[in-house]
Amino acid sequence: MKILKLVFRNLIGNGLKTWLNVFVLSIAFVLIIFMQAILQGWDRQAMSDTVKWEIADGQYWNANYDPFDPFTLDSAVSIIPKELVNQYETGQVEPVLIVAGTIYPSGRSMPVLMKGIRAGQQLLELPTSLLMNPTDSADIPAIIGSNMAHQSGLTENDIVTLRWRDANGTFEARDIRIAGVFRTFVPTVDAGQIWLPLDILQKITLNSGKASLLVKSKEVSVVPVDGWNFKDVDELTRPLRETLRSKTVGQSVFYVIFLLLALLAVFDTQTLSIFYRQREIGTFVALGMTKKEVMGLFTLEGTMNAILAIALGAVYGVPMFLYFAVNGIPMPSGTSDFGVAIADKIYPAFPPKLIIGTILFIILITAWVSYLPARKIVKMNPTDAIKGKIQ
Amino acid sequence: MNKKTIVIFLSFFSPLLYAQNYPSGNSLLDKIDANMSSETTIMTASMQVNSARATRTMTLKTWMESDKKAFTEYLSPAREKGTKMLKLDNQLWLYSPSIDRTIQISGHMLRQSVMGSDLSYEDMMNDTPMQEQYNAVVTGEETINGRKCWVVEMTARISDINYYSRKLWVDQERFVPLRMQLFAKSGKQLKEIALSDIRQIQGRWYPMKTVYKDVLKDGKGTEFTVSEISFNPSIPGNVFNKSNLK
Repeated sequence: MKILKLVFRNLIGNGLKTWLNVFVLSIAFVLIIFMQAILQGWDRQAMSDTVKWEIADGQYWNANYDPFDPFTLDSAVSIIPKELVNQYETGQVEPVLIVAGTIYPSGRSMPVLMKGIRAGQQLLELPTSLLMNPTDSADIPAIIGSNMAHQSGLTENDIVTLRWRDANGTFEARDIRIAGVFRTFVPTVDAGQIWLPLDILQKITLNSGKASLLVKSKEVSVVPVDGWNFKDVDELTRPLRETLRSKTVGQSVFYVIFLLLALLAVFDTQTLSIFYRQREIGTFVALGMTKKEVMGLFTLEGTMNAILAIALGAVYGVPMFLYFAVNGIPMPSGTSDFGVAIADKIYPAFPPKLIIGTILFIILITAWVSYLPARKIVKMNPTDAIKGKIQ
Repeated sequence: MNKKTIVIFLSFFSPLLYAQNYPSGNSLLDKIDANMSSETTIMTASMQVNSARATRTMTLKTWMESDKKAFTEYLSPAREKGTKMLKLDNQLWLYSPSIDRTIQISGHMLRQSVMGSDLSYEDMMNDTPMQEQYNAVVTGEETINGRKCWVVEMTARISDINYYSRKLWVDQERFVPLRMQLFAKSGKQLKEIALSDIRQIQGRWYPMKTVYKDVLKDGKGTEFTVSEISFNPSIPGNVFNKSNLK
């Protein structure tokens, strides 16, 4: 306790130098937590939205289905397997048929993926009830995402020509009516895609009873099916996680720079302290402290910077964190064009693991930086130290 | 027989009586195929691609043997010069000098546009005589560019075909189509083809200029102009060899 008091007194005695170190370190501390919290919040929102809008509890993919190769889409369709027919009839499995097509908004051609899904399905958030076609219009009802609407210039009730090839390769074209524009933060159900009623898409592409993939509800278990590969949520969200991880690495550059600056200041202060306080060190040894105890005292003194920084960071960081956790951070418009799920607002998440982990990280790294110059004490000659001789 | 009965009789049977004056659709297709197809052909042509942003013109030379073999070499511009395409039955290879590689174009890649034009590789490869693909019926007469034409409506007789139906305006004297419309199964028109500058070459009439237009999008389409053509020349067999691509 005495040592702690002594350390604290020494630190306060350093005056402005200490507070400068503490302030810079606190900025690094708050910044690390805040940046990580934004990414964790984004990650949580993106995962949750992707599960709700696209993958539910996993998907059965046709063995030939490759989302990165649109040229193989026509050969990646087959009849809904008999093992899943019961689940399909009870709505616990939703088939999606995917066919390549082209739309012609305002006289220009735009390649699209035509995706057929049952009108009124409940498994995914897609507003497929709009596909029920309540009007007597002969046009095929379709829904599109807001990003797709922006790219194509289409709005609700617009009529646009859609062209595709049926299973025999024969061109077919019909007018479709945009029955609704939905807002989602999942680009993989939005960009370049048009959602149509499954039965109509199966009929017009001569793919009766066929699908490219089947979305599974969490209420049913996975059944092995020949010719279909099951992809669980973990596998399906891997690309998203990898994207977020790469963004984490990119962002960490900023706070690593801040942290380095803060640690450099601590290191510098420690080195100077040991240089200027040689007589004090010699006196401690003369009074009976071992060199290692004196080294521990100086290391603790440096580490105390981190503890004070955490306290200072909490003073201005906690209200700031609370504010953004409640109100969210508005994202600039157009960020959805990045191809990653980004909501209008990101609500940072502050899990205890993040806060405790960051505190420990800062304390340990500051202790290490404080220890490095303090090692010199062990090599000091106490008599020379009392005399103030430069060693 | 009262007046009303006569009117009904005439209105019901007159198209049939009138139709008897039309040539049969299939015989017309025979004449078109005889005019347009030959055992071998060598052609030099230019292709002008009019996109929304720019116009590009390419010149090319093609050697063809029936509908099975074709070899095309792009002569200009510098960017495309040396690009070669070889078609053997249903297979197509493309050699690109910029990457010094030969690529086989197959499956759905065949549906992609050729050099950004309104034509797909599949369109270019499809030289099968129309008679084998469509049932044709002559439905009327119209005048196109001052030439009297038969209007021929064609419906696919096979399922594996790009365009389900076509409408042709065929010159009544020269048996060359002057206009073609290509339709989707739903009846929606997809493409419009205008053929002009009809010249007599080696005793047959041939359209030297063809404009392909995707009617669903804006733009002037793709103009294909033949500058030189010879029918039934002798072509050495090694022209249609893959080693000729590099």
